Amino acid sequence: MLVALGRRAIAGLAVVAGVVILTFVLLLLAPGDPAERLLGPAATPGQLVSQRHALGLDRPRSAQLAAWVARTARGDWGTSIATGRPVRALLAEAWPATVRLVGLSLLLSYLVGLAVGAVQAARSGSRLDTALSVASVTLFAVPGYWLGLMLIMVFTYWARVLPSFGAAGLNADLLTGWPRVADQLRHLALPLTTLTLIGAGGAARFVRGAMLDVSTQPFVTTARAKGVSPVRVMLHHVLRNALVPILILLGLSLPALFSGAVFVEAVFAWPGVGRVLVDAVHARDYPVVLAATTLSAVLVVVGNFLADTLAAWVDPRMRRLDLPR
Amino acid sequence: MRALLRDRRAAFGVYVLATMAVLATAAPLVTTASPAAQHDVVTTRFLRPLAIDRERVLHPLGTDRFGRDVWTRLLYGARISLSVSALAVLLSVVLGVSVGAAAGFTGYGLGTVLLGVTDFALALPRVVLLLLLASLWRPSTTLVILVLGLTGWMTIARLVYGEVRALAVRPFVEGALALGARRSRVLWRHILPNAMTPVIVAAALGVGNAILLEAGLSFLGVGVQPPTASWGWSPARYSATPCATGWRRTAGDGDPVRAPVTPPTGAALPRRPRARLRM
Repeated sequence: MLVALGRRAIAGLAVVAGVVILTFVLLLLAPGDPAERLLGPAATPGQLVSQRHALGLDRPRSAQLAAWVARTARGDWGTSIATGRPVRALLAEAWPATVRLVGLSLLLSYLVGLAVGAVQAARSGSRLDTALSVASVTLFAVPGYWLGLMLIMVFTYWARVLPSFGAAGLNADLLTGWPRVADQLRHLALPLTTLTLIGAGGAARFVRGAMLDVSTQPFVTTARAKGVSPVRVMLHHVLRNALVPILILLGLSLPALFSGAVFVEAVFAWPGVGRVLVDAVHARDYPVVLAATTLSAVLVVVGNFLADTLAAWVDPRMRRLDLPR
Repeated sequence: MRALLRDRRAAFGVYVLATMAVLATAAPLVTTASPAAQHDVVTTRFLRPLAIDRERVLHPLGTDRFGRDVWTRLLYGARISLSVSALAVLLSVVLGVSVGAAAGFTGYGLGTVLLGVTDFALALPRVVLLLLLASLWRPSTTLVILVLGLTGWMTIARLVYGEVRALAVRPFVEGALALGARRSRVLWRHILPNAMTPVIVAAALGVGNAILLEAGLSFLGVGVQPPTASWGWSPARYSATPCATGWRRTAGDGDPVRAPVTPPTGAALPRRPRARLRM
């Protein structure tokens, strides 16, 4: 198991290194001169030359790449052009919010997905199964930002019960204890619901398929023939064996979840990495965009690694073999 | 096609998609207004659905904040959204099939490298990559097509790789090689045609995904640029005007209509009896 996980960790590091190199190459390929972009149209030729020297752009490409990789590895991501603050500080504030949102929605959407999928598999072919299928396919196909706007319309404009902006109220600093927690939960409610509903749709489809796959296996028939109760067959024999592909999907669905989070954070002004990224794109704030891209890749790789570890924990067979890819 | 229409879910998807495509193509016939035209903005903006403005023009879905007819923009937006996603998926399919076939049918060295690249690309959050590219280059329709195509080929490559590997050991491939057929011909004529079923499914799903992403990019303001209508555009503008005109958010640009369209179409395809192996 350790060998397999070690191999996965090395692969993850390779992905992160690849992202760093890729962002560097894209930066080289992109039209325009970074020095010009930094100084603006009013710069004199002399200023441009000195700025190029200051940025190290007059050095050979290989030296630039080495310096880039070294700086990224140290976590020195430069200064934001738009705000003048260190990129590292900007992202240090943002990533906990994203992890909170994405992590909770991952947990909730798989719990809901498991419950719905299991009910569908147990009652496959029934009206209930069809209705839940229609619901989950619809949720899966709805754009996240649209669902977010709908929830804002219903809960913020019509019912006026939940806030739709940010992660805390304007008076959050004055609150202590339970009111403060309640305030945070109220702000979390809509973005979390949006991401969870979309994720749960996909998860339910997959759980249903995986459980129906397992339930045709001979050992399930044997268990039924021995007189094991249907509920126990479903939970103990079918679900347990269907969990492995579900956990692997959980790891694979992480990039999509981060993509969804970008839209949801933009809609709800959630102060996470996605929002920093979108703001930076609009401000043409390259250092922030590059760092946020790398950070997203790191978060995805870490999440993938955790999902693989979880899969190995659930299925003893996976501890000996190399993890399926 | 008949088998496809017999499946009720698939038929639903096909009909909705076909209706959208026909309406988009025939947009100038279905509506007389122009998608970008602005008349008297003050009197015609934010009209409710089915409202008739002062010039006695009916707006079936109302107007947006510039007084533009939402129904017209929905139709012209369909042109952009459908064609952009179709072209992007075409690019993905070409790339994915090439990479997958090359990885599956060549020796270890190249195959391993190509698979490594595929896995690497799969691990990147797609929207983040899209935003990165959109920030480095000027947003345009071509860029959206390229970017969506270049970030969507990996699943197809994986599928084709698997199929090609499985088919390469089948007796009819061995037979073709024994008859003296060139490897490229065997791949092109014997293996790839048999590997296409999952590709068609993945492409159908990919179109739905690309439509969502294109709309999403437009929503964030880095997709197809205004005043061109796209399906993602309008909700973005409404979200920027949080006033008492809440209903208009629902009018959007018809997102709920198109959302479930493509997946059922794709899901139905593999159920068709698999075409007999062509040898």
